[in-house]
Amino acid sequence: MSKGKYGIHGGQYTPETLMNAIIEVEKAYAHYKNDPAFQAELTELLNEYAGRPSRLYLAKKMTADLGGAKIYLKREDLNHTGSHKINNVLGQALLAKKMGKTRLIAETGAGQHGVATATAAALMGFECEIFMGKEDTDRQALNVFRMELLGAKVHVVTSGTMTLKDAVNQTFREWTTRVDDTHYVLGSVMGPHPFPEMVRDFQSVISKEARAQILEKEGRLPSAVIACVGGGSNAIGAFYNFIADESVRLIGCEAAGKGVDTEQHAATIARGSLGIFHGMKSYFCQDQYGQIAPVYSISAGLDYPGIGPEHANLHDTKRAEYVPITDDEAVAAFEYLSRTEGIIPAIESAHAIAYAMVLAPTMSKDEIIIVNVSGRGDKDVAAIARYKGENIYE
Amino acid sequence: MSNIVEANKIKTNKISQIFADQKAFIAFLTAGDPSLDKTEEFILAMSEAGADLIEIGIPFSDPIAEGPVIEAANERALSASTTTDKIFAMVARVRQKTAIPLVFLTYINPVFVYGLERFFKSCQEVGINGIIIPDLPFEQKGEILAIAHAHDVDVITLIAPTSQDRIQMLAREATGFIYLVSSMGVTGVRSEIKTDLAAIIKDIRAVTQTPIAVGFGIATPEQATAISQLADGVIVGSAIVRIIAEHGQAATEPLSHYVHKMKAALV
Repeated sequence: MSKGKYGIHGGQYTPETLMNAIIEVEKAYAHYKNDPAFQAELTELLNEYAGRPSRLYLAKKMTADLGGAKIYLKREDLNHTGSHKINNVLGQALLAKKMGKTRLIAETGAGQHGVATATAAALMGFECEIFMGKEDTDRQALNVFRMELLGAKVHVVTSGTMTLKDAVNQTFREWTTRVDDTHYVLGSVMGPHPFPEMVRDFQSVISKEARAQILEKEGRLPSAVIACVGGGSNAIGAFYNFIADESVRLIGCEAAGKGVDTEQHAATIARGSLGIFHGMKSYFCQDQYGQIAPVYSISAGLDYPGIGPEHANLHDTKRAEYVPITDDEAVAAFEYLSRTEGIIPAIESAHAIAYAMVLAPTMSKDEIIIVNVSGRGDKDVAAIARYKGENIYE
Repeated sequence: MSNIVEANKIKTNKISQIFADQKAFIAFLTAGDPSLDKTEEFILAMSEAGADLIEIGIPFSDPIAEGPVIEAANERALSASTTTDKIFAMVARVRQKTAIPLVFLTYINPVFVYGLERFFKSCQEVGINGIIIPDLPFEQKGEILAIAHAHDVDVITLIAPTSQDRIQMLAREATGFIYLVSSMGVTGVRSEIKTDLAAIIKDIRAVTQTPIAVGFGIATPEQATAISQLADGVIVGSAIVRIIAEHGQAATEPLSHYVHKMKAALV
């Protein structure tokens, strides 16, 4: 019997060496997700430590400038550690504690998930090791220092394309060598069951808050919720509690890199096909022989050749739409939000801002868009400067 | 595959036959490393040197169960434009020259994307006897089992040191042989194997007669001797791939020598 299915997607495609470890996580999560004491402890951590609930901010200048729908920004960038990643990490770290684990390992792309994991490890007293592709340690050097400052050991991954996918490979390999005391804090809604479900549950706090906040501020639901999608954790978090509200459009923004008609993109829905990789059946950028394609995006966090299985199913069922956003569009949005609202978004989140800039003017002024600002952009400033041809280094 | 290939194909030995009255030596190599012509030559040479079964790795871009040695072989093979179609053609050529059982080792995605029916039909046509898919656990193998069996391909069961309470469930349905993973972690040469293999083998024997071959970390004749005292067969991958990495085009002789030495060490 196959577990963790979303339509035809999902499942538990894990080597036998890890099956008992995965089943252990699955059982522990099934127990603790319904345990009021666990949930109370997690809520306390999210509120008192991570600074939740995050604000739902009306972007007045942006709204006026674009001249269409009213734009609200869900400010996940204001969370402790600067992104939505902390929501999932605090949940998994607490679970790992309950399971008696003493060591956390994690992959990271942009470094935000690695920083969040290193932070939780410092807080709760875990040993911590982070795996990060060499390409990403180069373009996100600041986050490497942050992780080390927090007491984590950072392993530079030099295999394959040296990005997020290879960091995931290496973290899985590391887990197989040491499962007894170690929990793998997977950073997105991907991988084998129960990770897509568990990470979605921990991230769904975003839409739980946003839905209540918009009803309180406006007395009605938004017309659209927009979020960027790599593996898809911030997007599923932002969508989840709106899925049943059929009038709300759910829009995921994929990284189109240099364009979906080039070879340099990470647009899984636009250009991918069905496959089985990293523990799940879903859509992947790959060739006709099932070799995973080298993908590209200016954004390390979206530079991933797959998408979480629940997103794949939301696409199949047409409940959500997925649109490709190029590097150029994302960089323009990065600068636009900085100048217009005084908010520097993560380059990942800028993909969502970019689509809001396209969509808002086509909508009426009594409609509402919520854009999830999944992280802050301090980490990206040097890379954006280089993209613009200015030779500054961190 | 064409009917001409069918006509010239040598009838293959069954996997179970290699364990009938001896301990089996199973050799792994990655197809296309350094080239498919060389892979063909290496398979025939190892077969002549005493290997009882050859595992042929279909290279994958992201081999998550492999250590650095075999991972690098995957990268070399893919850089040499090795594809699943070309590998089937190479196996068809090998099959005109040897009856040795041949087993594929690859990941689920290359099989799934090729098309399950198309893949296993091709396996049968070229004379592949079994397949090992590290990222297809017991719970998910129902997806391919009926199709594989319809084409006479055994889906080899992997059992790990962490399988514990799963061992008997896994072993009960095993066909061909059981691939017992000697140690935790990924493939690669190890100086010492600490797992209590005897205990795991006892649990397996309680529910099945299917032969047990042990792999992961075995490189030396001494290790091969020790393992063969417990199990029905010994699997060597990384040590062979390392010889190929070191000698490249000229690896045929050193491979023959190594396989001969390892086979002689089995007791």
